[in-house]
Amino acid sequence: MTIQSILASPFLTSVVIRSLIVGVLVSLCSALLGVSLVLKRYSMIGDGLSHVGFFALALCTAAGVAGAYTMEASIPIVVLAAVLILRLSRSKKIKGDAACAIVSTGAVAIGTLINNILGVRSSDVCSSLFGSASLVTLTDKDLWLSVILSALVLVWYVLCARRIFAVTFDEPFARSAGVHTERLDMMMAILTGIIIVVGMKMMGAIMISALILFPPMTAMRLTGSFRATVWVSGVVSVVSFVIGFVLACLFSLQTGATVVTVQLCVFLLFALAGRVKVRSKR
Amino acid sequence: MEQMTDKILVSADGVTLSYDGRPVVENLTFSVTPGMYLCIVGANGSGKSTLMRAITGILRPSAGTLRVGSGVTIGYLPQQSEIQRDFPASVWEVALSGCLGRVKNRLWFGFGYDKEAQNRAEKALAMLGMEHMKKRSYNELSGGQQQRVLLARALCASDDLLLLDEPVTGLDPDAAREMYAIIRRLNDSGTAILMVTHDMEAALEESSHILCLCQRHGGNGSGGQSGNTTSGRNHANFFGPTDQYRAGLASDECSCCGMEHDRKAVDPRRIIQIPGSISLGGTMEIGRAVPVYDKKRPAPGGNTSDSTPGGKGGNV
Repeated sequence: MTIQSILASPFLTSVVIRSLIVGVLVSLCSALLGVSLVLKRYSMIGDGLSHVGFFALALCTAAGVAGAYTMEASIPIVVLAAVLILRLSRSKKIKGDAACAIVSTGAVAIGTLINNILGVRSSDVCSSLFGSASLVTLTDKDLWLSVILSALVLVWYVLCARRIFAVTFDEPFARSAGVHTERLDMMMAILTGIIIVVGMKMMGAIMISALILFPPMTAMRLTGSFRATVWVSGVVSVVSFVIGFVLACLFSLQTGATVVTVQLCVFLLFALAGRVKVRSKR
Repeated sequence: MEQMTDKILVSADGVTLSYDGRPVVENLTFSVTPGMYLCIVGANGSGKSTLMRAITGILRPSAGTLRVGSGVTIGYLPQQSEIQRDFPASVWEVALSGCLGRVKNRLWFGFGYDKEAQNRAEKALAMLGMEHMKKRSYNELSGGQQQRVLLARALCASDDLLLLDEPVTGLDPDAAREMYAIIRRLNDSGTAILMVTHDMEAALEESSHILCLCQRHGGNGSGGQSGNTTSGRNHANFFGPTDQYRAGLASDECSCCGMEHDRKAVDPRRIIQIPGSISLGGTMEIGRAVPVYDKKRPAPGGNTSDSTPGGKGGNV
């Protein structure tokens, strides 16, 4: 069987399309959330949450939750972790980033132990860390859940865009203008947790945070306004996902790794362009 | 106090502000009326910024009442954070975000603002001479320009009262002078100013009123201080017209916040310099030198016994 004939079969086509839809939505949402997370120096939260996602998967396996339900079961765990991490990173008592690292590495350790005790195959552990080697088969339910949750994030972002900018740029000022900054931050952390759970199967726990960090960092090489940063970040994220996804399908590579590699290339390209732009201005 | 003026923007009555359960400012009473230019001075850690935060509503007083007049809007210029310096935002976006507190519809589609807000931002930028930089990126501006954009944002939020938290910190002398001129102009046009500053000279020069917060704890707990901590602890805060405050300084009777106050107030002819220490001005009685405080150390709770003044003269 050639690659073409495999792709042509109706079953696989639908698998490909489903993964593509979820991937595009996840990369769009994570890119939008990422702009504020990166600018507020909250990148650690995205990273920490993805590690908690690994723990949540292990816990689900331990609790005997059937594979089809892992997404719903993981969401509350990761959302709780999001609340916890945000609280910790805001408190002045423990250094925020260290607190984040404690939660995430602790979660990974316990998750690994659970897998260990349950005797989970190392290939399964690998796929939850690095993403599945082949395309993920998404059930109808997973697909719809992903679409609904992503839509929720997009709607929230668009409606709160002005407040998100104000809080990201200057929290004290936003508070003086009557914005509930803590509520907004919390919402951002929770939605980030949700998006991480949704995208984790495809991207893997380790690489999902790349989806949050790379697009904003890439966009910021060239943009001079917040609005442009958000737009470019979203577009870059979706385009690199599609390119990475197609490459992964064509050469049967791991989706997560391919997408992140494409993102890295785009980032380097933008960084170079940014250098040229700065130099030409002088 | 409320009966004396027709409109009070901010009134504090016996306010105590605490940080982590420890009182920073205690039993503070003052009020801000329209057109006032009030400078808040005091040593590091005396609670100047904390007071600002309380007025904006970020922090609740643990005792007393702090009231902002009904319908009074506040334009806040916080201290700049590290995050902001290289933030990808356009000047226009930053200025517009000042209107956030005034808009009627909290939920809105996208980043834009309505026409009214846009006009307001336009006017504010023009007033600060930044309208031609609307499209520029905030992170490309100089420190002085960034500060002007933030001031424009505060103006968008309010023309009743501006709260400025160390607006000239980090600016070079020219930019600082320009900033003071702008603030003066805004005050002349009727906006009340409440400014926290370390710049004593400017405070004495520019303000109409002074609020002096004294350090309660008699220094930062370093052992070598016996001084007159007890009386230092009980100093009341000063609030009153600048002239009155200046008079208090000239007679060397405001010891509430240590030496920083003496800088301008002390007659230059009386300042002596001791090699090796940064001179900030001490006083000299005829024929005898009184130590000039080293800036690196916290100021003693009061003065040395030789020059102990009346003690309460600065407090009116």
